[in-house]
Amino acid sequence: MSARLRWRKFVSAFMLSMTGVCAAVAVSALFLILSYLVYHGGTSVSWTFFTRLPAPVGEAGGGMSNAIVGSAKLLLLATLIGVPIGFFGAIYLAEFSGSTTAFVVRYAADLLNGVPSIVIGIFAYTLAVLPFKHFSTLAGGFALGVMMIPITLRSTEEFLRSVPNPLREGAMALGASKWKTIATVIVPSAYRGILTAVLLAFARVAGETAPLLFTALGNRFWSPGWNQPTASLPVAIYNYAISPYEDWHRQAWAGGLVLLGLILVINIVARGILARGISVSRT
Amino acid sequence: MHASVRPAVSVNLPPIGTNTAARESAAALTMRMTVSKVNFFYGSKQTLFDISMGIATNKVTALIGPSGCGKSTLLRTLNRMHETVRGARLEGEILLDGKNILSQDVTSLRRRVGMVFQRPNPFPKSIFENVAYGPRINGSKAPIAECVEKSLRRAALWDEVKDHLHKSAYELSGGQQQRLCIARALAVDPEVLLLDEPCSALDPISTAKIEELLVQLKDLCTIVTVTHNMQQAARVSDFTAFLLIGQLIEFSPTPQLFTTPGDPRTEAYITGRFG
Amino acid sequence: MATTTTTVSGAGPVVGSRSFLSRLREGDEIARLITFLFAASVVLLTFLLVFELWRGSVLPRHTFGFSFFRTSIWDPVFDQFGALPFIYGTLVTSAVALLVAVPLGLGAAIFLAELAPLRLSDTLEFFIDLLAAVPSVIYGLLGIFIVVPLMRQVVQPLLKQYLGFLPLFKGPAFGLGFLTAGVVLAIMIIPYIISVSREILLSVPRDQREAALALGSTRWESTWKIVVPFARGGILGSIFLALARALGETMAVTMVIGNTPVISASLLSPGDSIASVIASQFKEATGELYTQSLIELGLVLFLLTLILNGLARLMIVITSQRGSGMGHV
Repeated sequence: MSARLRWRKFVSAFMLSMTGVCAAVAVSALFLILSYLVYHGGTSVSWTFFTRLPAPVGEAGGGMSNAIVGSAKLLLLATLIGVPIGFFGAIYLAEFSGSTTAFVVRYAADLLNGVPSIVIGIFAYTLAVLPFKHFSTLAGGFALGVMMIPITLRSTEEFLRSVPNPLREGAMALGASKWKTIATVIVPSAYRGILTAVLLAFARVAGETAPLLFTALGNRFWSPGWNQPTASLPVAIYNYAISPYEDWHRQAWAGGLVLLGLILVINIVARGILARGISVSRT
Repeated sequence: MHASVRPAVSVNLPPIGTNTAARESAAALTMRMTVSKVNFFYGSKQTLFDISMGIATNKVTALIGPSGCGKSTLLRTLNRMHETVRGARLEGEILLDGKNILSQDVTSLRRRVGMVFQRPNPFPKSIFENVAYGPRINGSKAPIAECVEKSLRRAALWDEVKDHLHKSAYELSGGQQQRLCIARALAVDPEVLLLDEPCSALDPISTAKIEELLVQLKDLCTIVTVTHNMQQAARVSDFTAFLLIGQLIEFSPTPQLFTTPGDPRTEAYITGRFG
Repeated sequence: MATTTTTVSGAGPVVGSRSFLSRLREGDEIARLITFLFAASVVLLTFLLVFELWRGSVLPRHTFGFSFFRTSIWDPVFDQFGALPFIYGTLVTSAVALLVAVPLGLGAAIFLAELAPLRLSDTLEFFIDLLAAVPSVIYGLLGIFIVVPLMRQVVQPLLKQYLGFLPLFKGPAFGLGFLTAGVVLAIMIIPYIISVSREILLSVPRDQREAALALGSTRWESTWKIVVPFARGGILGSIFLALARALGETMAVTMVIGNTPVISASLLSPGDSIASVIASQFKEATGELYTQSLIELGLVLFLLTLILNGLARLMIVITSQRGSGMGHV
């Protein structure tokens, strides 16, 4: 074997193993993140954490109950805004629209999808905070809802489109009107994918902080109703992390663990639904 | 089922009295490559059974047979391309100039045994860069431009592309692309050239050009070609091997196989009773 | 609501069919209208967004004009607002992020597409997708408590010791700053590079690799000289996508960049980025000019990501057409 060939083979073996190292580094990042969260926050995820309000500044103890409830309310609002628009909009795109309208709507959705979340926050601020002159849960929910729309829309459209035509034609040949076909045949058969899309969109906005910073703002106490600023888990983590208090740092870790745990679980479940085809049985 | 197999080293000589016989018996035929008791498995499924044959130096050997008979599989073992597929396993020996290729370095083997594929697959580069690729990575001592011109001439493509060397290879027609692939393979001066149904994706005119080329090229290197087209095998090759369901049924000089096949199955195939 | 009929008698639609048909059409028309309204609302929202950004930044646009982008003074007290430090910070942190993420990401993608058996490749890709789902604030959390101390105590002193003669590594090692933010960003954008590049590499036709190998290339040569260049457009597209993501990243950056509007050649220096300054100053912004200047920054960010995302998609579409031999490297 010539020296040149030996060198080439060495380079090949070396570079290929380096790619393995790169892959290992990338994948290990996930496990490192989880490990740190568990290590620093694991012990703090307690009953107190889930049920107590934040203690007065500087005092130890207290929990993130208001943040958790706040996040739940915000996400509920977001889902109520994002899912219907995304879902019905997708039905329009997949079943009714002409190609120019479809192009425009899709382009708008993709554009919206690419907007940085902080800019969505500015948008929600100008629409839902300024006119009312105060921060509110509604404004925060609106911001998150706007973020959910494009994800839900594009994925749902894809899944609706993937329903094979013979299915549609079969229903319509039996005399079913278009909307009935959609409601009773097409949507149920795309159910799995649509559910996955909604779950993934939900998980995505559950972790968003930036759009909430000047819409829902934050709150050291409970936030009854929808018109007041509210604490949320991501914002609480942020505020506590940048604070100078050790106890708050500890709670930030706990909050991070809870938040990431929730998001990862939703992601795994959603992908599992899609992959293994666990569908809700319908008659 | 017993395959009537020819021994690895000697060749079935045609009956004395024909011109070819006189010529062939005069020249001592050497085997550039020898396949010896090769069994091939894909996972647990066996697809080649006890194949033994010789590839004569500077001759064209054709592998024919119905779809799925294993002729492409056999071809690909000759330059160890089967190793790119997971789960592929080879038993037996394949000799190149007397040395077993399975124990040699595969990279240098593939320089010596080149391959042209069924569908033209030029790289998304210029015509020049396509042909230059091989010499470049092998660090040829001759200037690259000379190599490229020489190979393109040998592939009968030079006149058509000499003023357009820096255009994309994809701008060529199918037949030209395939000749480019032949030029690319020739650029590393292989001793053996393997062609896997090189004309099946081409029109009749391009096919004719390439068939003509193969006959000329055998002075340069040993040719092994797989073909679906029996008439092509009859036109182009010196020796033909007929395979059926992974077994070598018959291996003879081409005129003999086509006029007086030894095995009834060969006869059935070449007369079109199945295929 | 009699909308379905199963009368498949030979006679077909008969008497009363017109009222049936028109009812049918009405039901469908209503459905069409309702779903259209929902779809249209998406377009409306998008228009509104652009409109609000434009309208909400009118004051600084008229006051500063294009000098907004050339001034580096950001002084709320004296109502002087210049975007330069933030544009600089955004570009620098993104550049650092790309420098780290592209080799790592491309390497990992090559491993997943060319070397790993399919099962392993899919499993690892699953983990990479999960990594992409980690929210920004969590990266920020780890950034503040793990990466920053690591940088301050280990990495940056090492850099200063061996490379301190370069202007890139001058100044005190705070831990916070451009370098740290860039590194944290890198980890955040790697999944995008990996998953898109992996898909593109997997779609390179098999016979390209085989042709390269059959000419006596080593595995690496066939991958690096033939497969990767073939996929070049799509890989570039994935880089643009990752860059677009990096530009808009807010929380992780704002937690580790130092929040100081400074332009410095040193990567060790604290600084600020567009997204970060909006996040940290928006709610405290008093006065129209201040708030609107921040909104103008948001507009800039929006336009930048718009262009990048558009380019990215273009490149990815072009490469996937290449497989049929329509392009040329």
